Amino acid sequence: MANTGSSSTSIGRKLIMAASGLFLVIFLLQHFLINFTSVIDEKTFNEISHFMGTNVLIQFVMQPILIAGVIIHFVMGFILEMKNTKARNVKYAMNKPSANSSWMSRNMIYTGAVILGFLGLHFYDFWVPEIDLKYVQGLEGSPTRYFHELQHRFEDPVRVAIYCVSFVLLALHLMHGFGAAFQSVGVTNKRYLTGLQKFGKIFAIVVPLGFIFIALFHHLNQ
Amino acid sequence: MAGKGMNLTLKIWRQSDANSPGKMVDYKVTDISEHMSFLEMMDVLNEQLVSKGEDPVAFDHDCREGICGMCSMYINGEAHGPDRGVTTCQLHMRMFNDGDTIYIEPWRAAAFPVIKDLVVDRTAFDRIMNAGGFVSVNTSGNTQDANALPIPKADADEAFDAATCIGCGACVATCKNASAMLFVSAKVSQLALLPQGKVEAKERVLNMVDQMDKEGFGNCTVTGACEVECPKGISLTNIARMNQEFLKASITADK
Ligand code: HEM
Ligand code: SF4
Ligand code: FES
Repeated sequence: MANTGSSSTSIGRKLIMAASGLFLVIFLLQHFLINFTSVIDEKTFNEISHFMGTNVLIQFVMQPILIAGVIIHFVMGFILEMKNTKARNVKYAMNKPSANSSWMSRNMIYTGAVILGFLGLHFYDFWVPEIDLKYVQGLEGSPTRYFHELQHRFEDPVRVAIYCVSFVLLALHLMHGFGAAFQSVGVTNKRYLTGLQKFGKIFAIVVPLGFIFIALFHHLNQ
Repeated sequence: MAGKGMNLTLKIWRQSDANSPGKMVDYKVTDISEHMSFLEMMDVLNEQLVSKGEDPVAFDHDCREGICGMCSMYINGEAHGPDRGVTTCQLHMRMFNDGDTIYIEPWRAAAFPVIKDLVVDRTAFDRIMNAGGFVSVNTSGNTQDANALPIPKADADEAFDAATCIGCGACVATCKNASAMLFVSAKVSQLALLPQGKVEAKERVLNMVDQMDKEGFGNCTVTGACEVECPKGISLTNIARMNQEFLKASITADK
């Protein structure tokens, strides 16, 4: 009997890649909407952040799922890349991939690697201090600390620059990835697929640009 | 015609057999007519080589009219060359200019090892077909009339489009991952869309994908390069359909 849809088959791996990618897209939207409230109203942002930071379901169910999703996605990304490199063991002396495919689609591993680096920095900046405060030191923390911490992080122009560049690369990652994921999970209806891919392109540009806007906004309004 | 044709520099991959190292070698051809096909230009080169007592360049070809899928050259960085919707045998020399340098390489994929020069071993495709690219039909003499089974026109058209795949392997050669998904998905779709193919649909997709993986082809990143370079315009939608079929079959498989 042949292998079935597990991580040991090419299509199984691809479905895992697409499902984890789409899950991360939903998370990204949620994260963006919450961050965006910081531009509109300090109090709302603090309230939502406090809720997210203290709610048991979010802290102990959603957060581990999210971390697992990120790990599954990038580990599978590196596995696929290794297998794909092996599948073309001799390179062409002359190759013209720009004639038939987009730069984004050919460089998912590089845009992904930059995002991974950024996630490391992001964890170090926001997540580690929070975890340390709440679960290591066991302190309450002021329910209004979130906004000031956010503002503080966007003081340093180097940080803001790294942040902006990472989001440009995330935009490039999603400009290919979001649409591709629908193809991977098997959408064959041409009207749906075209619509979803258009939506994916818009999402891929608007949401990362929104994150960049938020960073610049706080940098300029210190 | 004499003196009015193109003079070209060819950089061709030469490799005497599967186990020897190969290299790119430069050749010159002169007075090539724009009306020639690419393979005819290669014939001119080979006549030159033979008359000089040198080993001619080995390349696959058979029908020379775009239907057999044998010709297979990676020309100037693209499978079947710079034209669209054609095989190498249908590629005209008018796509090139006098003085051009043309790179000619074999399909490159771990699953398609070079046999000699530009000839690669594509029996991996045959093994994938053997794994499930067929329907079992009773041929005892009382075969049912094909028209007895009603098939919606849209399905028949899509199945036909998928069936036009000639198994040339340009999709594999083009894909940055040397993935065979376009080929396999065309073969899966062609049968999955028709009532005759439904009976064995489940094992077919599982077994064909299994064989594809065993042969060492890469994974699909949905770059779409295969669809652009495919001489038969096989659509990427077939890959989505195969993924769907695979998921369905996996979930409902007996084991
Ligand atoms: C953590 C670092 C990341 C790495 C290393 C990474 C790597 C990759 C790679 C290599 C692919 C292409 C896989 C293939 O060959 O098909 C891919 C696809 C994808 N990625 Fe990422 N990625 C990362 C983060 C993200 C994030 C944060 C998101 C969403 C917000 C995301 C969304 C997607 C989507 C939707 C796809 C398309 C899946 C498909 O083609 O079916 N990725 N990623
Ligand atoms: S899908 Fe197209 S490129 Fe691939 S083998 Fe079939 S005809 Fe050739
Ligand atoms: S020789 Fe038959 S398709 Fe080119």
